[in-house]
Amino acid sequence: MSLNGKAAIVGAYEHPTRNAENLSVLRLHADVAKGALADAGLTRDDIDGYFCAGDAPGLGSATVAEYLGLKLRHVDSTECGGSAPILHVAHAAAAIAAGRCNVALITLAGRPRAAMAEAQARAAAAGPGKDGKPAKPALALRPPDPDCPELAFELPYGPSTQNLYAMVAQRHMHEFGTTSEQLAWIKVAASHHAQHNPNAMLRKVVTVDDVVNSPMVSDPLHRLDCCVMSDGGGALIVARPEIARQLKRPLVMVRGTGEAPKHGMGGRIDLTWSAAAWSGPRAFEEAGITPAQIQYASLYDSFTITVLMQLEDLGFCKKGEGGRFVMDGGLISGVGRLPFNTDGGGLCNNHPANRGGVTKVIEAVRQLRGEAHPAVQVRDCTWALANGIGGALASRHTAGTLILERV
Amino acid sequence: MARKIPKPMVQAETAAYWQAADAGRLLVKRCTACGEFHHYPRDICPHCLSDATEWVDAAGTGTVYACSTMGQGEAAYTLAYVTLDEGPTMLTNLVGGDAARYQIGQKVRVVFTPSEGGPAVPMFTPV
Repeated sequence: MSLNGKAAIVGAYEHPTRNAENLSVLRLHADVAKGALADAGLTRDDIDGYFCAGDAPGLGSATVAEYLGLKLRHVDSTECGGSAPILHVAHAAAAIAAGRCNVALITLAGRPRAAMAEAQARAAAAGPGKDGKPAKPALALRPPDPDCPELAFELPYGPSTQNLYAMVAQRHMHEFGTTSEQLAWIKVAASHHAQHNPNAMLRKVVTVDDVVNSPMVSDPLHRLDCCVMSDGGGALIVARPEIARQLKRPLVMVRGTGEAPKHGMGGRIDLTWSAAAWSGPRAFEEAGITPAQIQYASLYDSFTITVLMQLEDLGFCKKGEGGRFVMDGGLISGVGRLPFNTDGGGLCNNHPANRGGVTKVIEAVRQLRGEAHPAVQVRDCTWALANGIGGALASRHTAGTLILERV
Repeated sequence: MARKIPKPMVQAETAAYWQAADAGRLLVKRCTACGEFHHYPRDICPHCLSDATEWVDAAGTGTVYACSTMGQGEAAYTLAYVTLDEGPTMLTNLVGGDAARYQIGQKVRVVFTPSEGGPAVPMFTPV
């Protein structure tokens, strides 16, 4: 069944905080839920479907439902990292189409930055260790899951998010001649947009030189190739079109959806493409449009290389030509061929809960409603795309693609 | 200070791999139904879902598919994907030799590095 036209996004809200020192994760989920309800002009009791992923505390849907007093008849906690909220929009549309619910709430929130500061404070208070060196902050990370056999063959080697994505960048450079300077243009574009966002963590406009001269984190990715670490969150409300039309908001219709995981394939590793190569074409087919018709794109920007891969895999340019696509301001609104992440994205604005999926949808909704900052608003924005990459590009990840139309 | 290698989780399905690694041998899994090699090793072939998989001694040589060095000074280490001569590509570290020589296409051979309280772990060094 096609989901084209089966649901609309009627509410979107992004938490303004980037440092949730005194806010619990559950409070953040509640704050964004209330914000999205107010944005939609709906009340708590209108919600009959709820969607969350692994960032929600406790039992997820049950825990949040209890805190907010939700009375639900449909819940979904599809967990696929940062791409989850993009899949949740599709799953909400499917649930609405199946008659399982009428108004669905989606939330994502977290406080990794505050948690890190608290761990550092605890380490400092504990004083130096036996070796006289300052104690390292201990974060309450989950222990390796013994039911994930692949981890036995990964954890001894010290994989981190940074060096996994760095291998993707290195392989892309090797196969296609992509350069650090080209990757840097992605950060430059994000910074041009972030200067207009008062909530963005990094509002300074940077140059290609600034990026390539920033400290090397994991060769070939520099510090400014990486996203920020922030607290916060966001929420969306997805509703049956008949309900959406009664609300006093511009109508943002779900037109195309796609989702797919990619993994190690038994050792047939190929780092030159992402799961967006599967999710993207499905979404475009459902929407009945081509990438050339997209006027604004929210692309998951955990790293600059992540954006480059999505541009190619979603069909905005051919494989290997992403570097040329982003050069010379190709992604800057008002200047480039494809305005992207006009809120500053994860690279400059925020990356709540180490997951950026919900903010991708929120800025796409702003663009379609004409509510983005005037300096970055795309004129007559009718078609927008949001894409998420959850997990790690070099090992296993899930891509979710969403195509939205302002009706 | 050399980087400490965390102990791998040894499970019944993979015990033979780690026992061999601790004895200085690299094993790879092959499916006798479809003939394909795979990694990480498991009972069920990920290519055809047959349970007719067997352990085979790998040649221990391969080629760097991708690598990235992270960290400064003594804390620096190199994460890599190495494509074994048998076919599968495995996550590993590059060690020894001149780190500046680590690059895609580099021929490498397996070496075994002790882990903290567990079996030795296969890594690769330039040939």
